[in-house]
Amino acid sequence: MTLEATSEIEQQGGVWRFPADQPLRLDSGGRIEGLEIAWASYGRLNADRSNAVLICHALTLDQHVAATHPVTGKPGWWTRLVGPGKPLDPARHFILCANVVGGCQGSTGPGSVNPATGRPWGLTFPVITIADMVRAQAMLVEAMGVETLLAVVGGSMGGMQVLQWAASYPERIFSAVCVAGAARHSAQNIAFHEVGRQAIMADPDWRGGDYALHGTRPEKGLAVARMAAHITYLSEMALQRKFGRELQRDGLSWGFDADFQVESYLRHQGASFVDRFDANSYLYITRAMDYFDLAAAHGGVLAEAFSGARDIRFCILSFTSDWLYPTPESRHIVRALNAAGARASFVEIESDKGHDAFLLDEPVMDAALAGFLDSVCTARGLK
Amino acid sequence: MTGVREDFREILRLVRPGARVLDVGCGGGELLELLAREKQVDGRGVEISPQGVSACLARGLAVMQGDADRDLDQFPTGAFDYAVLSQTLQATRNPRQVLGELLRIADRAVVSFPNFGHWRVRWSLLRRGRMPETRSLPEPWWSTPNIHLCTLADFNALVADLDVRIEACAALSEGRPARPMDPNSTLENWRAEAALFLLARRSTDPVEPEGVPRDLFGG
Repeated sequence: MTLEATSEIEQQGGVWRFPADQPLRLDSGGRIEGLEIAWASYGRLNADRSNAVLICHALTLDQHVAATHPVTGKPGWWTRLVGPGKPLDPARHFILCANVVGGCQGSTGPGSVNPATGRPWGLTFPVITIADMVRAQAMLVEAMGVETLLAVVGGSMGGMQVLQWAASYPERIFSAVCVAGAARHSAQNIAFHEVGRQAIMADPDWRGGDYALHGTRPEKGLAVARMAAHITYLSEMALQRKFGRELQRDGLSWGFDADFQVESYLRHQGASFVDRFDANSYLYITRAMDYFDLAAAHGGVLAEAFSGARDIRFCILSFTSDWLYPTPESRHIVRALNAAGARASFVEIESDKGHDAFLLDEPVMDAALAGFLDSVCTARGLK
Repeated sequence: MTGVREDFREILRLVRPGARVLDVGCGGGELLELLAREKQVDGRGVEISPQGVSACLARGLAVMQGDADRDLDQFPTGAFDYAVLSQTLQATRNPRQVLGELLRIADRAVVSFPNFGHWRVRWSLLRRGRMPETRSLPEPWWSTPNIHLCTLADFNALVADLDVRIEACAALSEGRPARPMDPNSTLENWRAEAALFLLARRSTDPVEPEGVPRDLFGG
């Protein structure tokens, strides 16, 4: 555990190692022994341990929510929400985020060494699910001495984890915020992920998943996967506004260089992604998302998943131009919450920024989250 | 309770303490907050504007962004004791269906609307020969959100046609306390600027709303 005391925020982080007698039990029937979960936290747990907030990250993000990323050097990915004077304020909350199991920022994943063989797991790593990720988070939260979370907050895949928390551990959360999420992966969602996975596996440097042993990296495949996925995070309007048909240079190359700015942008997105992400992690996490169907695990009735969640305060947000997890997916969640009698709030935010809007400048989202989280603190008796 | 809208006062009087209430078109949540404070209701709201929804969230209210015409089907049957639709029915695309939905979701509906039979409206039409613009209906015909205006008599006819019982009825006038009235009175159809009804499904057992005098109608 390291302690970096900055002038303003109390910030901690490290890797939590679970003893061998506390394995992570998986939906697939397997288990992971010696589980490691990398985490970061901001603020301090109060005396009655009532101010803990768990943030669940999206597919390619990680635990570095509010501090400079150690690999990219970029600011945290949700500094709009977390920071001094923000809706989640380290002066008021203990804010925790953990890298998901299967990830590549310090938590046990396919890139980790299998203690049984002494070699990287690669494709021998068990297939994990959103519920497995949440189970690991619950172990971490418990190990940190937090009985009830004030809030679980997440966007995109993080939103899926939030819903899973409400289904798996309703008695351990006071409120839940799901931004641009879904209760299941649609055929279109699965289809796009399959394109990404095929791109990775088609790269000769992938080596059947054993690239670590061969000293190669399937960078081309991973970059193409990222390029395809990145398109799904933006709206057509956002792409048009940002790039239109603008060219990189004067005139066409009459070849296959990146003539258009949009091509150059996507290539850059792909190239920079491979520096911070592991190809096998991408396979495993996208698989976990594809397998996600909260209703299926409850007799096909989503409301049943929330049968224990009546007392939880929910805030569900969607964006008008998000075609990856469009508003009907959020309405589907809200309908189930209403049927279960939960306290559900829902806002569809007008935005032309597509799915990525949850990470961007959306004042209505900020106001909604600030209002909701503040009222949650009041209801919980936090100052 | 100074500064409370008169129709809110009347709703506050009609609603049973501790009830489950859905406020359709809840704005910034003023009524829901009042009901929670004064009557300890378990409230939910539906509001079309994101600003209104945000204001509700900041008040700690559970509110869904949505539209009375489209989104009431998200609520299960019988989920509420009361559904409130305040001064909004005339702006819906399908008032009959909305009323039906309110009484599917809740045992009782509290509905208020401007009375197009009010003398001022009639006089305005008679005198000018143009669509009335009055203090309760201030906008010209081409920009008004009120696309399904009705008179007190019209509303009575609709209620008679639906399987609905009137449990209370009051006349509303800006700045004046609500006044109990006979919804079938021809005179009231001239006098009442706006009307507020407490409706119940026929299948619902009649319950005397708290503080409502016995000489009121229905049940």
